Amino acid sequence: MAELPALNVIVPLLIVVSAILVARYKDLIAAVIALAAMSLLLSLQFYLLHAPDVALAEAGIGAAITTAIFVIAIHSTRRT
Amino acid sequence: MSKIVRTIAQAVMPFVFLFGIYLIIHGHLSPGGGFQGGAVVASGIALLFVSFGFKYVSTFLREDTLSAIESSGALLFIGLAFAGIATTFFANFLLGSPVFGSIPVTGPGVGDIWSGGTIPLMNIGVGMKVSAGLSAIIFSMMLIASKKRGGEQ
Repeated sequence: MAELPALNVIVPLLIVVSAILVARYKDLIAAVIALAAMSLLLSLQFYLLHAPDVALAEAGIGAAITTAIFVIAIHSTRRT
Repeated sequence: MSKIVRTIAQAVMPFVFLFGIYLIIHGHLSPGGGFQGGAVVASGIALLFVSFGFKYVSTFLREDTLSAIESSGALLFIGLAFAGIATTFFANFLLGSPVFGSIPVTGPGVGDIWSGGTIPLMNIGVGMKVSAGLSAIIFSMMLIASKKRGGEQ
């Protein structure tokens, strides 16, 4: 992979921005989608740090399973 | 869920399962392995549940089946570990035999899929256990959610 030093600054900043968005959103579904985006960016950062194994685990557990569990939980409770 | 979600899920589903099985089978050569591939397969099951609803999926996916797959994965893993007890626990007794026998090359390269001894079989066992276990978690959550709503959804 080509060395792109700028990505090592941009991706952590995007992780912080999406984590702030998770806390700021009032709509729960929007917050869960922002959490999934944060998890996916974290997986990209793991890949940039030469840990593809951890990146795959993070993408599988963090971005997919957690999002599905949160969506099921929000769907089965009342939204105000 | 809506028709858009169902159509996209139907198109994406085979590739998710294929990628998960690829990660499990190539676990001893490339990044990935039993846990990661099992998580990918379980995320495909979660996509199935979220997009199509519990009532449709539970017609062909039973909790007993998931439990049996999970337990047989664990039995495969511990059985392979005990099968090498003649030398030590977890001994790689298949190395040199015609089944998965060749010794993997070190360093960068594509590698030989027919290598590694008991490691690919243990990856398959861990993949069965992780995928069935995570699917059972999603299954029980959907079961409770659909019971609470009185059968609709």
